[in-house]
Amino acid sequence: MIDPGKVLATFCINGEEQACAFVSHRTLLEVLREDLQLTGTKHGCELGECGACTVQINGVPVLSCLMLAVDAIGQQIRTVEGLADGPALHPLQDAFADLGAAQCGYCTPGLLMTAEALIARDPCPSREAIKQGLAGNLCRCTGYLKIFEAVELAAARMRGENPVPKRETIYGS
Amino acid sequence: MVLDDPRLADAAAGQASAKWRHDVKKEDLRVIGTAIRKVDARSKVSGLTRFADDLSLPRMIYMKLLRSTQAHARIKRVDVSKAKAVPGVKGILTGEDLPTPFGILPVSQDEHALCPDKVRFVGDPVVAIAALTEDAAWDACRLVEVDYEPLHTIGSIKEAVEHEEPRIHDYGVRGNIHRLENLEFGDLAAGFAASDHIREDTFFFEGNTHLPMEQHASLAHFDKDGKLTIWSSTQTPHYLHKALARVLHPLPAHHIRVIACPNGGGFGGKSDPFNHEICAAKMSMLTGRPVKISLTREEVFFCHRGRHPVLMHARIGVSKTGRIKALDFHSLLDGGAYGSYGTASTFYTGALQTVTYAVENYHFRGARLFTNKAPCGPKRGHGTVQPRFALEVQLDKIACDLKLDPAQMRIDNLAPRDSLTANFLQIGSMGLMQCINKVVDGSGWKTRRGLQERTADGRIRGLGIACSSYLSGAGLPIYWNGMPHSGVQLKLDRSGLVTVFCGSTDIGQGSDSVLTWIIAEVLGIDPLGMRVVTSDTDLTPVDLGSYSSRVTVMTGNAAMQAAERAREILAKGASEQLQVPVARLTFADARVFDSENPDKGMSFADAVIAAESRFGTIGTVGSYTPPKSAAKFRGGGVGPSPSYSYSATVVEVEVDPETGIYRVPKVWMAHDIGRALNAAVAMGQIEGSVYMGLGEAMMEEMAYRDRSHKGHRIFVHKIPSLLEYKSPSTMEMPEVVTYVVEDPDKNGPFGAKEVGQGPLLPIMPAVANAIFDAVGVRVDEVPITPEKVFAALVQKRAGKVGRYGPDELPPVNFGDSLKIKTPWQGGDGTAWNEPKRDKKAAR
Repeated sequence: MIDPGKVLATFCINGEEQACAFVSHRTLLEVLREDLQLTGTKHGCELGECGACTVQINGVPVLSCLMLAVDAIGQQIRTVEGLADGPALHPLQDAFADLGAAQCGYCTPGLLMTAEALIARDPCPSREAIKQGLAGNLCRCTGYLKIFEAVELAAARMRGENPVPKRETIYGS
Repeated sequence: MVLDDPRLADAAAGQASAKWRHDVKKEDLRVIGTAIRKVDARSKVSGLTRFADDLSLPRMIYMKLLRSTQAHARIKRVDVSKAKAVPGVKGILTGEDLPTPFGILPVSQDEHALCPDKVRFVGDPVVAIAALTEDAAWDACRLVEVDYEPLHTIGSIKEAVEHEEPRIHDYGVRGNIHRLENLEFGDLAAGFAASDHIREDTFFFEGNTHLPMEQHASLAHFDKDGKLTIWSSTQTPHYLHKALARVLHPLPAHHIRVIACPNGGGFGGKSDPFNHEICAAKMSMLTGRPVKISLTREEVFFCHRGRHPVLMHARIGVSKTGRIKALDFHSLLDGGAYGSYGTASTFYTGALQTVTYAVENYHFRGARLFTNKAPCGPKRGHGTVQPRFALEVQLDKIACDLKLDPAQMRIDNLAPRDSLTANFLQIGSMGLMQCINKVVDGSGWKTRRGLQERTADGRIRGLGIACSSYLSGAGLPIYWNGMPHSGVQLKLDRSGLVTVFCGSTDIGQGSDSVLTWIIAEVLGIDPLGMRVVTSDTDLTPVDLGSYSSRVTVMTGNAAMQAAERAREILAKGASEQLQVPVARLTFADARVFDSENPDKGMSFADAVIAAESRFGTIGTVGSYTPPKSAAKFRGGGVGPSPSYSYSATVVEVEVDPETGIYRVPKVWMAHDIGRALNAAVAMGQIEGSVYMGLGEAMMEEMAYRDRSHKGHRIFVHKIPSLLEYKSPSTMEMPEVVTYVVEDPDKNGPFGAKEVGQGPLLPIMPAVANAIFDAVGVRVDEVPITPEKVFAALVQKRAGKVGRYGPDELPPVNFGDSLKIKTPWQGGDGTAWNEPKRDKKAAR
């Protein structure tokens, strides 16, 4: 039976094409998580308030809970599942793991996608630029400081530098 | 493994061998104290951690709860006939399907999975509907007809005190009073008589909520073997297991399996058994299909169990030098609609005042009231946060009255280490003086305080100090029993893999990793190479749950014992094979070798093979029960802990004297955690506490909208969304200078105490004290919003007292106090006027 209430579409997700039939009013978040089982993208409000559902559309961070899936057809969608290339972690993921920037890990995918776009735009972001860039992503565990430090560490590593985290970042003052 | 196994004689004595004691030197440790990644770090940064809502099963259906639109009403009629007709609906539950009440504490089994006859707050669930799609379940919910007969709404502490009728519950002390406590330690009258200066102050701490990023979710599956499995975002799988067994009776408890998924943040908000969990289980039993429920953010606000709003009055007597002679502390808690942990919360508003500073004579009165709000419960710092705010602000006022340095006055009052407090709490290690010195030196307290410097944009700078203590786990379980609080099993595989099984739940604090660090240190292996199986009631030994900062100390000690027993078995096998005495063997770098000739040894895997060949399959267990408390009076069960952490903070504020708007540019925080098991992870806990404390101090509140519409009172949560419930973003987070203070405690694994609840407590009072330092006004109420600072500034400018806060507490009759002699009066921990309890009750 052909279901007139559903859209059949092919999405380009993390560089791969994936077809899926879904109810037309579904958000990109719902289609990713529930129809495509890409549950790495999280949800904290479904109202565009928390940033947990951030994915990249053509390299730009977007709240997937506020975007209809039909609007993402034909666009380059990137989720946390597509961040690492092969078995190695992305430098941002490495830095988050090293510094404990992911505690419960729930806001982490959204933060990583936002931060990755930030570094792509500004390879050497200042602390202020990082704060501004991540202001739309809430985190309740870390107090953000380890996240700022992880973004700085990853950005430096991505610039080819070999930074060492400050002693007080890890052991306190 | 059996305990009387002769090959385990030494380890079975339950004593940690000298090597792992709290005073082991840092340089002798290889894993403990380093900054290695958490065992689950890779999956967390890859989006591969499976939270409850990430799970799905074939043929799964979706459940929604219809919630009350009334704050307080009798249910006259529930008609689900139209809902039943919605295409795709598979099952409907109402109150009569789940008649057995439940609740986290045995003394307050006052909740129903679905309200059978009465609703007690806007958001109380009435009907559960499951359907093929979430949309269909919503649609069906909207077609349910519920007739309510409204009852008078009780909206505040004052209203609850003033209105004995209608009663929200038919149990409790009387009227709408849920609990009353009245405890007197020492001789208050004598203490005040000996005081040179007496102050009385009144404070209010508004409620706030945990706001975990993960919304609660559950997936229940009643399989064809008649067994129920539920995956849920819970911090306390064991307690959920107990609640399910109670409500789903006659389903046997051993047919129920609770798997706590990693929590996307808990902070205490996922510590109760919840309606949605029980309904999902029952719905799966009804329909024979897997049932999933994912709460909306609004519903998370209804689950709540967050910080109690507390009205407080404190009368304090001090000597000329500021030494506390007597403290009379009085708290009234707004409990919301249900009991939850409220009995414990009430005691906690009085229990820890004596653990930070020595209080010679102490009187505590506390009452918890029922109101028609979302139920309050345990949030980070459980019940100790509100009185800590009051006491630390009051001490600041005392220092001001007596012209003393608030930091020095605190140092002069410190509770001594290795002592019993007035209320019989056993203090062990106590690093608060070091904490105070760190933040005083770091912040330039002695030279920068009181300067009222202007910033470039015209704001006035101020510094405020405050301290706190917190438990390393509650000394008693929530239900009386003689079993361990935490159990750990180890399985050693011929490959060299060590698998740890434990009921503890990782809520982001890193408890899975804590297990690996301790075991890896004892066995000399790589913690990241271990397998961790946690929080599954079918597979893992009971751990009471991730609450009251108990996991590091309690599961840590259990893990230590299991690891030592495994080490003993391995050492015997290796000793025979290597012909090296056991005492000379070292376990390190995944090898077992002769410490006098390191080349003579074997790999860890070969040691397992040697031991297994000799003794058979290798598995060990460890368990932990906290030391017995000296507090034997009724109510003495809340407060005891194996050890107490300490924190001191200095907060800097910049206040606009015209508007009251202020910012917090910098915080200095020192936390005595005994020993940092992992430096970076401990830092993260401390910084997170500072953040959450600032949210509470500056903006977060569970505010209610109180309106009248056509003669009806509308009483609803004002801001149940992440946008309107303000919490700090990256832009509000200040610079934090963190000092990890290590004063090892003999009850902790490697000396460790709790980390991460304690440092939240001093933030709110330090902010209030800093605002006073800047602009000379007192806000005796949390959150300290700019409006309140402004109101106090207006008062001050008008020549009145520059203060914002409550004036009095509504009168409650507490009856006679239980009178307990302090240790220094020769007391034995019992009340001298307590009626004797029979043995059964005492047990």
